[in-house]
Amino acid sequence: MSSTDISIHPDVHHAHEEHDHHHDQNFLEKYIFSQDHKVIAKQFLFAGIFWAFVGGFLSILFRLQLGWPEATFTFLEPILGGWIENGKLNPEFYLAMVTMHGTIMVFFVLTAGLSGTFANFLIPLQIGARDMASGFMNMLSFWVFFLSSVVMFMSLFLDTGPAGGGWTVYPPLSALPQAIQGSGTGMTMWLISMALFIVSQLLAGVNYITTIINLRTKGMSMTKLPLTVWALFFTAILGLLSFPVLFSAALLLIFDRSFGTSFYLSDIYIAGEALTNTGGSPILFQHLFWFLGHPEVYIVILPAFGLVSEVIATNSRKPIFGYRAMIGSMIGIAILSFVVWAHHMFVTGMNPFLGSVFMFLTLIIAVPSAVKVFNWIATLWRGNIRFSTGMLFAIGFVSLFISGGLTGIILGNSALDIQLHDTYFVVAHFHLVMGAAAFFGMFCGVYHWFPKMFGRMMDEKLGSVHFWMTFISVYLVFMPMHYIGIAGFPRRYYNWTGFETFNIFTDMNTFISLAAIIGFSAQFIFLFNFIYSIFKGRRATQNPWHANTLEWTTPVLPGHGNWPGEIPTVYRWPYDYSKPGASEDFIPQNVPFSQTQSSNLPSERDLE
Amino acid sequence: MIMVDNRIESNPTSSGVHPLKFSLWLIIISIIMMFAAFTSAYIVRREEGNWLEFELPTILLINTVIIVLSSVTMQWAYVSAKKDNLSSIKLGLILTSVLGAAFLIGQWNGWAELVQNNIYFGGSTSNPSGSFLYVLTGVHGFHLITGLVFVLITLVSSLKYKVHSKNLLRIQLCTVYWHFLGGLWLYLYIFLRINH
Repeated sequence: MSSTDISIHPDVHHAHEEHDHHHDQNFLEKYIFSQDHKVIAKQFLFAGIFWAFVGGFLSILFRLQLGWPEATFTFLEPILGGWIENGKLNPEFYLAMVTMHGTIMVFFVLTAGLSGTFANFLIPLQIGARDMASGFMNMLSFWVFFLSSVVMFMSLFLDTGPAGGGWTVYPPLSALPQAIQGSGTGMTMWLISMALFIVSQLLAGVNYITTIINLRTKGMSMTKLPLTVWALFFTAILGLLSFPVLFSAALLLIFDRSFGTSFYLSDIYIAGEALTNTGGSPILFQHLFWFLGHPEVYIVILPAFGLVSEVIATNSRKPIFGYRAMIGSMIGIAILSFVVWAHHMFVTGMNPFLGSVFMFLTLIIAVPSAVKVFNWIATLWRGNIRFSTGMLFAIGFVSLFISGGLTGIILGNSALDIQLHDTYFVVAHFHLVMGAAAFFGMFCGVYHWFPKMFGRMMDEKLGSVHFWMTFISVYLVFMPMHYIGIAGFPRRYYNWTGFETFNIFTDMNTFISLAAIIGFSAQFIFLFNFIYSIFKGRRATQNPWHANTLEWTTPVLPGHGNWPGEIPTVYRWPYDYSKPGASEDFIPQNVPFSQTQSSNLPSERDLE
Repeated sequence: MIMVDNRIESNPTSSGVHPLKFSLWLIIISIIMMFAAFTSAYIVRREEGNWLEFELPTILLINTVIIVLSSVTMQWAYVSAKKDNLSSIKLGLILTSVLGAAFLIGQWNGWAELVQNNIYFGGSTSNPSGSFLYVLTGVHGFHLITGLVFVLITLVSSLKYKVHSKNLLRIQLCTVYWHFLGGLWLYLYIFLRINH
């Protein structure tokens, strides 16, 4: 549609822009191959929600196996078909489900679904831009992601099952189809899908960073940016630096699998037969993988930081506590995230001295994280708190981030990790701190920005039922996992009843599975609320939360170009809530100081 | 990169840099990260032993000279564009693409030389040291092909008189990318020389 040659002189741009506004778009251009950042954001959101249900459903299936190891699952035959053998879940399929659950949740939901949705939606709206720097690249990013989703989804229905080597796809297991069925076609499709996914993330990330740096409206200096934009900015930088490394790692794995190279393979005997591969190193893969893998967890959690900061400040009717400290701590976390990857590899036989270096660096992350938690709590402290559903999820996020973060300090110790490595303690830790917490951040964002996305409000009553059921069941699922983890209960085991040590945890596992099922069912309340509210929700006003940021100065349903007239100019930071002397408890960013003389601070007098 | 949405405001951006130029630098950063991963993997892997040492193909040195020359011609085309010297833009771009193609053919011959010396990419007799060389040159070659396509696009638009001092963006982007690819190869060549 509106694509032009880059070499066209700026003047021509204007002529085209005029033309563009009068040009009626057909259905395909408007909803499918749209270059409008708001539509692309919704596309990512819908795709993310779809994937979240697929990923969640897989987790329920393997929780059934863990909770009732002796039961027969003939009733699952209609869904799983051949994967149920004589009423028993196929062990290799169990591994494939765990793998797909991890891959789907980490990449497709919490990376693409979370930053894809909110970076696309909020960056142009909050910085005061008409759209992303390149709408075409943005559209391409979604459709490459869509293609990658299709490949990954198709792999679920392969005869030999999807990839089964864990979401970390460590070779040699993932490289040798002889070792496990899931390392056959399923793994090939996993790699193709992830390669496409990385391309999509890079296209998106380049766009996000360019937009934030280049297209801010007049007056919007970097220190007047809402924390959401800062968080999404760091997320994009992390992605840009770490995803290419995963691409390299995956490329070498592809060569090992399909072209007979030996980057990761060496001296392997399988079924009594020696493989010809020599000279490879499986540890090399782990280094490359975790060089992405660790920043990846911050790619997941940083957008949630941003969304939560914004929602907490707005709903506490107080300026965010320590705005610059929040940015500083995000910089700290972003930098540290690149130098801690080997804490995932403490038990690979690495040099103990190196282990203590990585342990030291890992434990430092507690400092910026604690700064953030402190600031959120200080923002809430004596605030005029409105418990909207978005706010409930924001507070829930802080709670989960604290509980999950504390166990991070334990796991970061290389000595303690010897006992806890690959146990349910790790599972509990990362599900609380990055899994559930990032999900809470996402829910918080969806509930809070739903009025801007769809022009209607979500139902608050259903929202709070959804929140409480989810919040309680998350704790009921993951708290007990710490206990069985400390007892040494290993992850990824299909069946543990054969071990005397772990038999005593049958009741605990049943309990966890029940809580997981309740938690998963609660998500259908959200789904209903979400779909119902899109069509039948209460109509939203322009600024339903009385928030300061620029997106709320657009019409209820912003059209192409976001602001019908001129883009507003920004005069102040986004957190002027409950400013003493002001007539209302919020002053939007586009209100000049000359209009708020009663509330201006002495330092702001010059700006009047 | 060729298509751009016309909603980009034509007034100066908040950073003073054209968004596309900025994007190109970000893309370059991500390519650098990819090669940083490969070369650090190379070093880590080499330290572990069981590493076959062999002679680098001699043609790589000639290729290095060719790609440095192509950077010179590219720069010449860019400078000519600034001076509105239309015929030298075309000549510069044609020379650049010929030299770029010559580099690719040279790399291909380098691979042939490796195969002659029994250094294979995969298979039972291959060693990661050889495979790494193929990966480094191959992935660089792939990016060089994208660069070559970009040069050709610029050449076509210069034939349509669309490249001149008031319309520098495309050739600017092209020059930056081409210099980057040349620099990347220099880095890889020096890296391979040192670690061989």
